[in-house]
Amino acid sequence: MASNTQEAAHGGGSAMPQLDFSTFGNQIFWLVVALVVIYLILSRVALPRIAAVLAERQGTITNDLAAAEDLKAKAVEAENAYNKALADARAETQRIAAETRAEIQAGLDEAIAKADEQIAAKAAESEKAIAEIKAGALESVKAVATDTAEALVVALGGSADKDAIAKAVAERTKG
Amino acid sequence: MGKIFFFAALALVVVSGLIFAPAEAKLAIHPMDQFQVSALFGDHISWYTPTNVTLWMALAVAAVFALLVLGSSRRAIVPGRAQSVAELAYGFIYKMVEDVAGKDGVKFFPYIMTLFMFIVMANFLGLIPGSFTTTSHIAVTAVLAALVFVTVTVVGFVKNGVGFLGLFWVSSAPLALRPILAIIELISYFVRPVSHSIRLAGNVMAGHAVLKVFAGFAAALGMFSFLPIFAITAVYALEVLVAFIQAYVFTILTCVYLKDALHPSH
Repeated sequence: MASNTQEAAHGGGSAMPQLDFSTFGNQIFWLVVALVVIYLILSRVALPRIAAVLAERQGTITNDLAAAEDLKAKAVEAENAYNKALADARAETQRIAAETRAEIQAGLDEAIAKADEQIAAKAAESEKAIAEIKAGALESVKAVATDTAEALVVALGGSADKDAIAKAVAERTKG
Repeated sequence: MGKIFFFAALALVVVSGLIFAPAEAKLAIHPMDQFQVSALFGDHISWYTPTNVTLWMALAVAAVFALLVLGSSRRAIVPGRAQSVAELAYGFIYKMVEDVAGKDGVKFFPYIMTLFMFIVMANFLGLIPGSFTTTSHIAVTAVLAALVFVTVTVVGFVKNGVGFLGLFWVSSAPLALRPILAIIELISYFVRPVSHSIRLAGNVMAGHAVLKVFAGFAAALGMFSFLPIFAITAVYALEVLVAFIQAYVFTILTCVYLKDALHPSH
């Protein structure tokens, strides 16, 4: 069909259309046109635009990474603040506990001192009472001894010298 | 149950193959017809005539525009699918230029990106059944390679002056060998654009011709046409790979040549 007429038109030459030199001018002309058009499209529009998009993306990624780094630093800061607050609270608790303990201890000491004082007073009082009783008892023993000695002297037929008897009793009851 | 269906379908295929088989299976394969340059309107082809070359190059330009301009038009920080591919292409070529040609090669990046995008789009559009593959023509790839060759040579002399000739003077070799090596280096330098262009056109053309040959077999074999159709599927998968790899190879060689121009010392 068409190819036959074409071959006939071009002298029915070679079997390879690639070697049909009559079409070379046409192909080269349109190739140059196509290349120029592609070059203009690429250099004027496509390549700058794609380069801009890639650069913009790179910029966005860099910014995002920086922002992430920032947020990370903030998180670390917040954690430090939290830890510090926790440590402070713990120290405060310990301080309050120590204070309370000291307060209680002071009250306790006071109460103990008071109680000791009272006990000491009571003990002194008791001692005093005991001494009184003891003295009373000693007097009674002296009186009883004198009386008994007098009665004995009288019973044995002597005359009782009151002063001598009292002196003797005092001597004997001393120790 | 499945087995019964399978055998029923197989029987149907065999019977229909026998019934509808071409009366005389003639092997009429024209693998090179797909490369024919033809005018879109009329018959005559002059240098400015809109041809199928024009159409498919325009589609390649449109595809580049759609991917890189429309795809990136939302300028999203989190890219969608099209923008991801556009950025991937950008990053892929940018890194290639930077790694292979060096930091000072980066100012040639739009130029190299143009070559890559044109070749990769033309290759992939050429894989559409019934399409015309512009990169299968020596005329096209030769111009691409010649552009690279001329650019690299001019840049080499502008950047390094006569020092660019040091590229051919292997100073690490014994002095006696250097003139011989210089001749070899000079020849290899001028062979570069030839291999550069024929590699691309040859790979693309061969793959497409093979597909067409298998398609011809499929048309001639009647009920056994599934065999060449399997082969077409396999070769097509390979061609998808080749479409990208050849664009990649062309681009990375451009970067290598550019590196020679910028840093001619061995």
